[in-house]
Amino acid sequence: MAVAALPVSTSRRAIQTTLASVFGPLGQVFVFVIGSAVVLSLVTILVAFVLRGTRTDVDLVQSALVILPQVIIDGLVRGFLFATIALGYTMVYGVLEFINFAHGEIFMVGAFAGAALSSVLASSGALNALPVPVFVVVAVIVGMTVSGLLAVGIERVAYRPLRNAPRLVPLISAIGVSLLLQDAVRLFASVSGLGFNARFQTPNFGPAIRLAEIPVSETRNIPLVLDVRALTFIIAAVLMLIALNYLVNATKLGTAIRAVAQDRPTASLMGINVNQIIALTFLIGGALGGAAGVLFGVRVGTVNPYMGFLPGIKAFTAAVLGGIGNIPGAMVGGIVLGFLEAFVASYLSLLTAGAFSGASYADIVAFAILILILIFRPSGLLGEATSQKV
Amino acid sequence: MALLELRNVHTYYGNIHALKGISFSVERGEIVTLIGSNGAGKSTTLRTISGLLTPRQGEVLLEGQRIDHLPPHEIVARGVLQSPEGRRIFPRLTVRENLEMGAYQRKDKEGIQQDMERVFALFPRLKERLNQKGGTLSGGEQQMLAIGRALMGRPRVLLLDEPSMGLAPVLVEQIFDIIQEINGQGTTILLVEQNARLALSIAHRGYVLETGRIVLSGTGKELANNPSVKAAYLGEHA
Repeated sequence: MAVAALPVSTSRRAIQTTLASVFGPLGQVFVFVIGSAVVLSLVTILVAFVLRGTRTDVDLVQSALVILPQVIIDGLVRGFLFATIALGYTMVYGVLEFINFAHGEIFMVGAFAGAALSSVLASSGALNALPVPVFVVVAVIVGMTVSGLLAVGIERVAYRPLRNAPRLVPLISAIGVSLLLQDAVRLFASVSGLGFNARFQTPNFGPAIRLAEIPVSETRNIPLVLDVRALTFIIAAVLMLIALNYLVNATKLGTAIRAVAQDRPTASLMGINVNQIIALTFLIGGALGGAAGVLFGVRVGTVNPYMGFLPGIKAFTAAVLGGIGNIPGAMVGGIVLGFLEAFVASYLSLLTAGAFSGASYADIVAFAILILILIFRPSGLLGEATSQKV
Repeated sequence: MALLELRNVHTYYGNIHALKGISFSVERGEIVTLIGSNGAGKSTTLRTISGLLTPRQGEVLLEGQRIDHLPPHEIVARGVLQSPEGRRIFPRLTVRENLEMGAYQRKDKEGIQQDMERVFALFPRLKERLNQKGGTLSGGEQQMLAIGRALMGRPRVLLLDEPSMGLAPVLVEQIFDIIQEINGQGTTILLVEQNARLALSIAHRGYVLETGRIVLSGTGKELANNPSVKAAYLGEHA
């Protein structure tokens, strides 16, 4: 018995270390999810309480509390959107120290691939026959494949030949690729009949899930609802983050990705095919971007060739906020930025009596954060100055 | 046929002519050392053999087959592994992960496990530090890890670049004892060193490099007793 117990315990320890390396970084993300939600909620309620006297028409505190659950869900959706896109920026930066400014367009192409699929399914009449989860999984896989392969192709054609050029050169190449993709997709949209604002059709997701009723007054209850599309987005994003953490932290290929990111020439001395690992990084980042595009399209219902720009730049902000090149950092940065935006978009107008309409100021907040982080903490929330003994 | 042979190798950094026609050979089972001062081209030679630099002229042969113009990972696949100058440990990978990267191309789990045990036998300190990040190790431990990592690839030729650099004298002697032990276990070694005295004391043969050219060669003992080597590299007056 004692002899047999040894391999069991070693394999159990191996499983434990695997779980730790996968869920350790996700635990960090979870802490930031709870932390940002709690801190921002408290700040909002405090401000509402202070400003209570300025409004006589509505009770600010009550109004703030009533929409709070929806704001948090909105923050989560935005947060996971930024996080999944930001991972593409940060992984590529990790191995190449280069910002792939075409990544927003890779997201957009994924969304279009999903929209094209949904349009084909709809015209063949199969769309409404499909169960929602099957449709989502198929559309996400299509988006991931198209965007992942596109990212690999872009690296091969537009970045690899410039690997040894001055840093500014591939950056300009990336901007060129970005413009090329926007207009190529615009052409595709008009030729294929999808249209500039293409509809992203889905099977019927059904009514929102009613979680509870919040009593506002004796005669009025406000229902607390969870939109199924938002729920889908969150579940899919969490599953992808788990898969990514497993790949990067618990497999040999993932260790090779980290080795290449830390020291490219030495990685090649270990027998790692560096070009292959760089291509793999683009594949993973592109696939995550494509999946985010499809999920975004499903949630919003339309896609257009220029939709990648703003989420792309914001996800870049998220990656910088978390510490560029740092994978848990990208997830944390995305979540924090998503919550900040959601709170500003929902509460700014209410708390300033309509002087500032929140939705448009959310962008200002995002980019103000980018500037502040670059000035005061360029290494980001989780970034650390790397120390290396020579 | 020599295990490793360089024939008239010229390597450039941009327009700088770093190796000006290097020729030498390493036989199976030998420790061969390249000595010379800073900038003589010792590390450049190793970087050329490993494929990090491509020679503009000349040939690098492994058992008579040309390996120049191959990418580094294919040269590793043929059994040439390097412990680079400055150790170059992956600072944010654990000791275990660093060792696993040395065996990156191998699929034989049992063999990898055996080699891991062999490395622990040579460097017991690494076993104690197994789950620590490479960047947190001391200089000596990093050097042990760098050599152990290269051994994980089961090298036919092990290239060691300045294993004594920045280490306390006691540690240097320990590392050199282990290098001899590794050689005794059957691994051919090409050793680049600034510490000429120590290198020549363990090497079967050696070559002296000066500004990109080989100016002297001989057995370890011959070179150690050569008056000009004594004057230039061993700090003795001829």
